[in-house]
Amino acid sequence: MNNPNPVSGSSDRDPVSGSPDRDPVSGSPDKDPATEAARVAAGGANRAAAVTAPKRPEPEARPSLGRLFLDNLWAANTVTVTVLAVLLAMFVGAVLIIVSDPDVLATYGYITARPLDALNASWTVVSEAYANLFKGAIFDPEASGFTAVLSPISETLTYTAPLVFTGLSVALAFRGGLFNIGAQGQATIGVILAALAGFLLPLPPVLHLIVALLAGAVGGALWGFIPGILKARAGAHEVINTIMLNYVAVYFLSWIIIQSGVQNPDRADAISKPVDSSAQFPRLLGGDLRVHAGILLAVLATWFVAWLLNRSTFGFELRAVGANPDAARTAGISVAKTYVLMMAIAGLLAGLGGSQMVLGSTANALTPLVVAQIGFDGILVALLGRVKPWGVLLAALLFGALQAGGNRMQSYSGISLELVTVLQALIVIFIAAPALVKAIFQLRAARAARLQTSLAKGW
Amino acid sequence: MSTMAVPDVAVAQVDEGFWTRTRKIGAVLLALGVLAAVLFGALATDQQARFTLSETEGGAALEIHGTVGAILFGVIAAAAGAALMAGVPKRWFTVLLGVGLVAFVLSFLCWQVSAAPEGRNFMPLVNIVRGTFILALPLIFGALAGVLCERSGVVNVAIEGQLLMGAFSGALFGSLSGSVWVGLVAAAIGGAFISLLLAVFAIRYLVDQVVMGIVLNLLAVGITGFLYERLMQTNAEKYNSAPRFSNWEIPLLRDIPVLGPALFRSNIFLYLGLLLVLVIHIALFRTRWGLRTRAVGEHPTAADTLGVKVLGLRYRNVLLAGVVAGIGGASYTLALYSFTKNMIGGKGFIALAALIFGRWSPTGALLAALFFGFADQLGTYLGAIGSSIPSQFLAMLPYLATMLAVAGLVGKVRAPAADGKPYIKG
Repeated sequence: MNNPNPVSGSSDRDPVSGSPDRDPVSGSPDKDPATEAARVAAGGANRAAAVTAPKRPEPEARPSLGRLFLDNLWAANTVTVTVLAVLLAMFVGAVLIIVSDPDVLATYGYITARPLDALNASWTVVSEAYANLFKGAIFDPEASGFTAVLSPISETLTYTAPLVFTGLSVALAFRGGLFNIGAQGQATIGVILAALAGFLLPLPPVLHLIVALLAGAVGGALWGFIPGILKARAGAHEVINTIMLNYVAVYFLSWIIIQSGVQNPDRADAISKPVDSSAQFPRLLGGDLRVHAGILLAVLATWFVAWLLNRSTFGFELRAVGANPDAARTAGISVAKTYVLMMAIAGLLAGLGGSQMVLGSTANALTPLVVAQIGFDGILVALLGRVKPWGVLLAALLFGALQAGGNRMQSYSGISLELVTVLQALIVIFIAAPALVKAIFQLRAARAARLQTSLAKGW
Repeated sequence: MSTMAVPDVAVAQVDEGFWTRTRKIGAVLLALGVLAAVLFGALATDQQARFTLSETEGGAALEIHGTVGAILFGVIAAAAGAALMAGVPKRWFTVLLGVGLVAFVLSFLCWQVSAAPEGRNFMPLVNIVRGTFILALPLIFGALAGVLCERSGVVNVAIEGQLLMGAFSGALFGSLSGSVWVGLVAAAIGGAFISLLLAVFAIRYLVDQVVMGIVLNLLAVGITGFLYERLMQTNAEKYNSAPRFSNWEIPLLRDIPVLGPALFRSNIFLYLGLLLVLVIHIALFRTRWGLRTRAVGEHPTAADTLGVKVLGLRYRNVLLAGVVAGIGGASYTLALYSFTKNMIGGKGFIALAALIFGRWSPTGALLAALFFGFADQLGTYLGAIGSSIPSQFLAMLPYLATMLAVAGLVGKVRAPAADGKPYIKG
């Protein structure tokens, strides 16, 4: 096997890793330690290793707790790789900030004469940008008063909530072996139906919100059901169909906004009527702070997906189909049914995420860009969260924080919000190739690392 | 699609009752034709539907009475469908299907043009053809980039990013240098840069290629958007005023009616795009490189056994794809518009659709791109004549057509067998 990793491949090569039935798609070299059990079973040439293998952990358990902590800190485990990926991304971001600032760039013209000028100027512009990112996302030391202190957290949570849903949507499909690029389209249909229910139906407060959310969920589920049934019945690849449905949804949105009865009669541009206040999420920390009950729903959804995946029969079937559809079929699981139901649930989650864009505090009316990028960001969130529900929640928090901080960075430092997109994409690129991060930082191979991220297959 | 390939073949051989695929398609076409004759015929007015051979209302024109035309072409489409149902020899299938679909579109156009308000009830064919090709151009480049990548077994979902990066670096370096040619080279390098990332992560680090493609698209949107806001918006004159290729008229060919003014008085990108289709088609199916590329895309182990350097070939093809897509991106910024944020706006994904719709072949991709370009242009045209059909629904057409194609309703679509599977030398 062409092991791309210089670190883990250097020591004992196990015979199993060279076997062709290892899944090449998720063939991260970090899986090697996981095959230890197989190595024991393999015996043969490695019999000596097999005998010593169970004993090996004991001497390592002896060192002090601090030593163990440090060892693990520099091992390629999930947390370390994630942190280093974030740092690497921020480093590339810093380079971009510097090369796109003509004033700073000018100081590099005479760097040999006065190197401190260039370094100082670079440090100033980068540190100011990232300081504002931090202040906008987590805490501003200069702020005083209840609202000002909590405002960054409130913003972060507001951006986090929809990302949790789209991230869960993508992650759920990933676990079942499908790549749901259509969270964007599902969220779009979700937001349309939620908004329509939000301003067309005259209902009392709590009921109205529930009905609007249900409408959004149904819309998303329908948009997930289509690629699911096409996959199950005709074998049509879900990646292609979900991409196509994304665009169909966008055009449908831009059409429905300008229909009479939907378009805001007071406005000439493409914007719908506002959603009734009875259909909006209650704000959690008073009217001045934007954080709303959607984040609680997001935590609930995370718990539900975690339960569904790990504790329910359907979750077991879903994971079985994701691991090997042929084996699952042989075992009596209906692969077609699993695909359809899985995509419908994934769509439902994305639809709920989309609904938040008009029922929360981000906006209260449909516009062509009302769902922003939450569907595509959901893909990144799912990958960063290692396609695990609680991981997705944490990843969404990080992305929400970047988004909230990015807003402040844009208004205070004049650094375009697009930098956040760059950072997010770079983080996920580094996460997706843990071997690269390990090579850059010369990390040790972790014992129980499960760093492979991607589970989808080719066309 | 690898999952569908096996059961699908079995089904095709066993289940050949009365309702073969040809008959099903014939039935659909028959229904469409009848619908066109009745519905479009009823909606069409008794004005003349004029298809002028120029850019304006005047000059030579093909004319037909609106209602008569709509019904006539509808009947032709229905007849083609009926012929397919009756069971014609296989070699007539494509011809009849083509005739049927074209007749259906013509029936639709007779209704639309004749129902347009007085003074606008004509269709300038030169504009339509030219617009079709201009709108199809980035799709052609993008789909060719897809062909190069995917025929050698690397899924290229990053076409959007390659186009965007090409457009951006073409605009940036074209502006800085003041030379279109420097811009063109920079655009090719820009596209190749995204390709390089795709190649390294897909081939060296075995990252899932679809995932990588999607992430690279976001990265390209982010980087170009960021630098656009930082550089081009603050100082457009210095960073975003690339020179443009002028139109080159080709003697003799430019005098062909309709096609001449529409195609042969165009800029370098159109000629380059059409030439590339031809070159890649010949190279893929007639040269040693093409044979090796296809072998690596279908069965890399076998190719490796015979001494083909699988990974090297994949690296080269993916980079080449980036060059092609980068030039495609430059067809925006070095010929038509100055750079704006996210200016490709999903064309990369339609190019992907064109690639699939065209069944991973260069000529198929060209035809699919032209079909999508036509749908796009038709939407613009119908908007201009105040049609009752919402342009948004026409804009959905390429996407819906691709979904139908992938679901196996239009024909069997099969990707190269090893597409998307990283090759690990055993």
